[in-house]
Amino acid sequence: MFAVRQVVHGYEGTEVLRVSSWSAGQGSHWLLLGPSGSGKTTLLHILAGILRPTSGGVQVADQELTALAASALDRFRGRNVGIVLQRLHLLPSLTVAQNVALAQYLAGVPQDAARVSEVLHSLDLADKAQAFPHALSHGQAQRVAIARAVVNRPRILLADEPTSNLDDARCLQALDLLVTQAQACNATLVIATHDQRIKARIPNQHVLGAAAPSSS
Amino acid sequence: MNLAKLIFAYLRARALNTVLHIVLLGLGIGTITLLLLATEQLDQRMRRDAQNIDLVVGAKGSPMQIILSAIYHLDVPTGNIAYTQAKEIAAHRAVKKTIPLALGDSYRGFRIAGTTHDYVAHYGAKLSTGALWQRPLEAVLGATVAEQTGHGVGAKFAGAHGMGDGGDAHEGADYVVTGVLAPSGTVLDRLVLTSVESVWAVHAQHQGVHDVATAAERMKDEEKEYTALLIQYASPLATAILPRYVNNNSDMQAASPVLETARLFSIIGVGVDVLRGFALVLVFSAGLSVFIALYGALKERRYDLAIMRTLGASPGRLMALMLGEGVLLAGAGGVLGLALGHAFAQLVGVALKTARQVEITGLTWLPEELLLLVMALVVGAIAALLPAWRAYRTDIAGTLARG
Repeated sequence: MFAVRQVVHGYEGTEVLRVSSWSAGQGSHWLLLGPSGSGKTTLLHILAGILRPTSGGVQVADQELTALAASALDRFRGRNVGIVLQRLHLLPSLTVAQNVALAQYLAGVPQDAARVSEVLHSLDLADKAQAFPHALSHGQAQRVAIARAVVNRPRILLADEPTSNLDDARCLQALDLLVTQAQACNATLVIATHDQRIKARIPNQHVLGAAAPSSS
Repeated sequence: MNLAKLIFAYLRARALNTVLHIVLLGLGIGTITLLLLATEQLDQRMRRDAQNIDLVVGAKGSPMQIILSAIYHLDVPTGNIAYTQAKEIAAHRAVKKTIPLALGDSYRGFRIAGTTHDYVAHYGAKLSTGALWQRPLEAVLGATVAEQTGHGVGAKFAGAHGMGDGGDAHEGADYVVTGVLAPSGTVLDRLVLTSVESVWAVHAQHQGVHDVATAAERMKDEEKEYTALLIQYASPLATAILPRYVNNNSDMQAASPVLETARLFSIIGVGVDVLRGFALVLVFSAGLSVFIALYGALKERRYDLAIMRTLGASPGRLMALMLGEGVLLAGAGGVLGLALGHAFAQLVGVALKTARQVEITGLTWLPEELLLLVMALVVGAIAALLPAWRAYRTDIAGTLARG
């Protein structure tokens, strides 16, 4: 679950995000919609604990993020948040399996090679485990990024524009993968997107308006 | 996955750069190691060879030449001194003990030194086989001489006139080996030892005397000559008296081993300092190249770092990653440097051994080398410090948003 209350975020006096209230139950699936510049990525970063909002409260998996000290927030993020970024960015000097195992290591959870291969298997990447990222197609790289996000069985899975570069068939495949993986670990799923093709697939939707250029 | 694996993955991804840093640092540390080993061993040997010799008296000439020829057997003597005058010096009340040296001949490049049994006792050398010389033309070989000539007890050889290879052989005056010394790590290893009388006899024969065995006995004292006299003082007071007495009252020259070796080392020292400075420049530039590489890598890796933070890494973990990379590079460079230094020292040692000069080995370790390794690690850590701090300060959301 997560709950966002009266969250405002701004840079140097310019407000880029205002959310009065948005909450979701554990395991529910959401689309975060809105035009470019409406603050979708910023809100995703706030939900992930990467960014602290200028004001307001954020609760994720029963934990008030604003109450956590920096190091506790890092630990919380590693163990409870999975995030698939728009630019996937796998670490180029590590193999696919190592990229996934890195998430276990950095989160400080016990390293479990069986879990890594289970996740790779479920994403049809078993034969790519020893490959380096430069040898992967975009679709394969995205699946590795999903594997990295879900290997620690997060409570919340966030995806930023996961379908923007994909054709129609692959677009729905990618969406299905995210949904399937979120269901597999009962994670709350939030997909930030402006892709019209997937709107019909997920009924829960939160729409951000264009940021009003107001001063705060 | 762990920090070391992560660092290795990054180093492997830039293998050529990694090798460059390690080699650069290795050369610097290697040069310092070589200098350390060479000067330490040279210093040790020189001290051991000059131990408890307070003064050397030789013919008028350069005092350093006297020390180099009479103690280290590296230079030609300044000339000879009269036996009668040497006896006067030996009888001086400031003198406790004297060891005479009569030089001039050699065997296959090794010097033949006419002396007394005191010379062997002075360095605490032991015989490995046989006995010390008793009669004229009996000789004892130093360990290196025996090893390189292959001679043992009972072997016969003729000395050659002069200090190097290729002098006229003294025909008809063969030496007989009566003993071989065990290695002592002193100048004795490189000498053929015999009695002073042997040297006199061989030269008398050279001048037409045929009965070599009794030639020395029939010589008048006025005809006898030493090359140098090694002197031990009776008391520290002698330092003030004896050199002046020798220099003013005879045509002989007194030379102090302590003063001359100090002078020698101050001359060598300039060269050593220049080399050491050069080596430090190498180490510094290695550190600089590591710094530039890591700082440059930050730009390349800022997204990697942001991703790692996203996956739960603390800022400290990223700092450790960069510091670890610098320290690992430096450690590898340091270890390579020590290995290179020892290999160089061993090579130099082999080269010097065939040149029958001072021996140096790469097979000993000095405690200072540990300091060198620490120095390398510190250089690596310092080079990585600023990049590590920048990594620590990574702005995750900003980096991810800019892409």
